[in-house]
Amino acid sequence: MKRSFLWCLAALTVSPLIPRAQTVQQLVEKVKAKIDQVKDYTATGRMKTNVSFLKVPVANVVIYFRKPDQLKIKNEKGISFVPRGAVSINLNNVLSNGAYTVLDAGKDKVNGIAVQVVKLLPVDDNAEVVLSTLYIDEARLVILKSRTTTRDNGSYELEMSYGNYVNYGLPDKILFSFNTKEYKLPKGITFDFDDGAPPPKETAGGKGKKGRAEISIRSYTINKGLSGDVFK
Amino acid sequence: MWTLLQIELYKIFRKPRTYIAFGAIAAFILLIQLALLVNGKQYLQFVLGFLDDSFEIPYDKINNGYWICFAILNLLLIHVPILVALVAGDIVSGEANMGTLRLLVSKPISRTQLLLAKFLAAVAYVIVLLTWMALIALGLSIALFGTGDVVVAKAMELHQIEQHDVLWRYFAAFGFAALALVVVASLSLLLSTVSENSIGPIVATVCIIIVCTLISEMQIPLYDKYLKPYLFTTYMLGWKGFFYIGVDDDGQTIRGSVQNASAIFKCIGVLVAYVIGFVTASVLLFRKKDILS
Repeated sequence: MKRSFLWCLAALTVSPLIPRAQTVQQLVEKVKAKIDQVKDYTATGRMKTNVSFLKVPVANVVIYFRKPDQLKIKNEKGISFVPRGAVSINLNNVLSNGAYTVLDAGKDKVNGIAVQVVKLLPVDDNAEVVLSTLYIDEARLVILKSRTTTRDNGSYELEMSYGNYVNYGLPDKILFSFNTKEYKLPKGITFDFDDGAPPPKETAGGKGKKGRAEISIRSYTINKGLSGDVFK
Repeated sequence: MWTLLQIELYKIFRKPRTYIAFGAIAAFILLIQLALLVNGKQYLQFVLGFLDDSFEIPYDKINNGYWICFAILNLLLIHVPILVALVAGDIVSGEANMGTLRLLVSKPISRTQLLLAKFLAAVAYVIVLLTWMALIALGLSIALFGTGDVVVAKAMELHQIEQHDVLWRYFAAFGFAALALVVVASLSLLLSTVSENSIGPIVATVCIIIVCTLISEMQIPLYDKYLKPYLFTTYMLGWKGFFYIGVDDDGQTIRGSVQNASAIFKCIGVLVAYVIGFVTASVLLFRKKDILS
C-alpha cells in the first residue's frame, strides 16, 4: 500500500514535466525553423563598444553571415575591435547542429515581455559551448536574450530587440556583454604623458573586466548569396 | 638683427656636424619604416597581442602611415634633444674655442642682440630639423603605408582616433615638439655661454636630459612628488596629449577633442617659462662675460 502510494506520488510529480519538456523542445525547433529561413545575410549598422580601457569611436560596421556558422563583422572604413565572442550573435552556432539537450528552466520576463527560459546542454562533452540559456518570446518565436558559457572564453550575454525583420528572427538591436582581460602595458614601452586624467576603474580583484558592444542594425539584405571571400 | 640671423644661420649650416642630425634622423626613420613594412604585424602583436584573446585585432589596418609616424615620434623624440644639443651647444663656445668670439663682440652690435641672433638661429635649426623629420616620418610613412585610424597604446588605455581627425594632431604635436626642443636649445645656449669649448656644453646638455628624463620616467613617488614637477623633461612629452582623445559620458570618443587640453596648455606654459628663463640667464651671463679667447 505504502509502495503504491509512493509510485503514485512520483508519477504525479513527474507527469507535468513530460509534456512540458516536449513543449520546450518543440518551441526550440520552431525558433530554429524561423532562423533557418536565413541562409545568408549582409547587415549594415553601427557598433558602439563600451570597455573601460578602450577609447574608440562609434563604428559603421557590416555584418556578413552565411550558413551554417560563418560570421564576420567588418569596419569597411576604419578600425574596429570586435569582441571575439561576437560570433555568438549568430544563434545558428548554438542551434544549427541540433546536438543538444533541451531543458525547461521555467518562465521569466525580459524587458516586460513574458519569456520561456530554455537551457541547452551540448551532447558533445568537448564542445566549446558548455551551456546556453535562451529566453524565448513564445508569441513571436524569437530569442530575446541568451547567455552562453564557453569552455575557454568566459561567458557572453546577448540581448536582442526586434523590428522589421522579426519574421526572419533577425534583431534590429543587439547588446552583447562579454569578459575581457586586464589591460596593462609597461610604462617603459608606452612613455605615457601624464595629463592628469584618472586611470580606468579597476574591477574587484582586478582579474577581468566586463565589456559591452551594442550593434544597431540599419538594414539587412537576406538570402542574396555571399562570396566566401568576405569571411577571410 | 635680420643680417645677424642670416650670418648665424650661414655659420650653422656651413658646418658638416649640422647635417649629422639630418642623416641620423633619416637613417633611424628609414630603419623603423623598413622594419614595420616587413614585421609590422609582429611588432603590433608584441604591443597588443595580449588583447588577442578578447578581441579580433585588425593588425594590417593598424599598421598604417599615421600609426607608424606616431611610433617613430614615440621612439625618436626622446633622442632628438641630443641632436639639437650638438648644434646649439656649440653656438657660442665654438666661437670662443676658435677665437672668433672676441672679434665678434668687438663689432658695433650689442651682446644681447648677438646672443638673441644666435638663439633665433638655433630655433630655426630646430624648426628645419623637425620639418625634415615630419617629411620623412609622416610624409614618407603615408606614401609607403597609406592612412588609417591611429591606435595609441597607453599603459592602461587604448585610444583610437579616426583618420580624418589625425592630421591636425600631428601639426599640433610637431609644433609642441618644436617648443620642447627650443627649451633644449636654450639650455645648450646657456651652457655654451659659460664654456670655452664645444664639448662641455654638448655633453652637459645630453647628461642633463638623460638624468632628468630618467627621473621623469622612473615612477618613484619621492621623485614624482618633489622633483618631477620642476623638470622640463616632464613637460616635453606633452605632444602626446594631442593623441589622447576625449570621450563622452557613454565612453565614445569625441571627434576633434583631446582628453585634457588644460594639461597641454600647462606644459606649453612651463616650457615657455623655461625658454625665457634660460635665454634671459644666457643674455645676463653673456653681457657680463669676460671674453678672453
